[in-house]
Amino acid sequence: MIDAATLWTVIIGLGVGSFLLRFAFLGFVGDRPLPDWMLRHLRYTAVAILPALCAPLVALSGDGGTTEPSRLIAALATLIAGALSRNVFVGIGAGTATLLAMVYLVG
Amino acid sequence: MTTTTTKSAYLAGLRDGAPFVLVAGPFAVLFGVLATEAGLNLFEVMTFSLVVIAGAAQFTALQLMQDNAPTVIVLISALAVNLRVAMYSAALTPYLGAAPLWQRVFVAYLLVDQSYALSHARFEAVPQMSVAERVAYYFGSCTLVMIFWFGCSYAGAALGTALPADLPLDFALPIAFLSMVAPMLRTLPHLTAAVTAIILSLLAAGVPHSLGLLIGGIGGMIAGAQAELWLTRRRA
Repeated sequence: MIDAATLWTVIIGLGVGSFLLRFAFLGFVGDRPLPDWMLRHLRYTAVAILPALCAPLVALSGDGGTTEPSRLIAALATLIAGALSRNVFVGIGAGTATLLAMVYLVG
Repeated sequence: MTTTTTKSAYLAGLRDGAPFVLVAGPFAVLFGVLATEAGLNLFEVMTFSLVVIAGAAQFTALQLMQDNAPTVIVLISALAVNLRVAMYSAALTPYLGAAPLWQRVFVAYLLVDQSYALSHARFEAVPQMSVAERVAYYFGSCTLVMIFWFGCSYAGAALGTALPADLPLDFALPIAFLSMVAPMLRTLPHLTAAVTAIILSLLAAGVPHSLGLLIGGIGGMIAGAQAELWLTRRRA
């Protein structure tokens, strides 16, 4: 259970922070170009941070940080289907179908 | 004359934005469901979606709060997930920077993957658009996506507790994120960034305060940037 004080701090902090990220250049910077090194790192935020968030949920999700095969296989199915089709929904469909099949059929 | 062209620009944006409700809708439903499962009430879910409007960052914050991560880590991690909107802001500034400040405030508030991708492509393709037409197109491209974003957050929150308890809902998040990432893994640097981030985050899984996410994420970004530099040097 998440306590109310933490939740509201996060909602308001994330709201203000996200707005400032969005407003940063439109509002403050104008059309001055960003340094190359910064753009080079920003290009890889999504492909680095989202997998870093998922990896422990996929590989260490069992009791005491063990690997649950159903989740590992479902995650691999999602990645492979998504990468081959280049389509978000194909990835979601493949991952969900694999997970449900593993959970309900294999047990 | 000006009113007709801005009106048709708005309608063009509305039309181009329509298919994206198919992306925003399901993610909003999922957020509503997972947030309700985590114990948030309807008002909290709706405020969250209204104030933040960033699916990936909201999911990240929700997951870390459930892991009892310190508030500072929750905020830093979720904002890191959302860093890309600063890039979008930078990319749109040459086209919209001359708009009145109050319009730029709303442009910034509504800046998400879809509004950025559509508008940037349109502004590049039709360089003769006036600033007023660009703003109208931008708001047109946001309208339906935002209606679905809020409406589906509500639907998900209402649905949340009604779903069967044995559904493996906690795994919806990794499946959604991995499906978003998979199509992006199209170059060697992107792949390097992702693989490095996965390895580091697993090695750092035991680090306290959920810092493993930032270690993996920042390490992955550095690895991607270095791989890009290496490729550029090799081609030169």
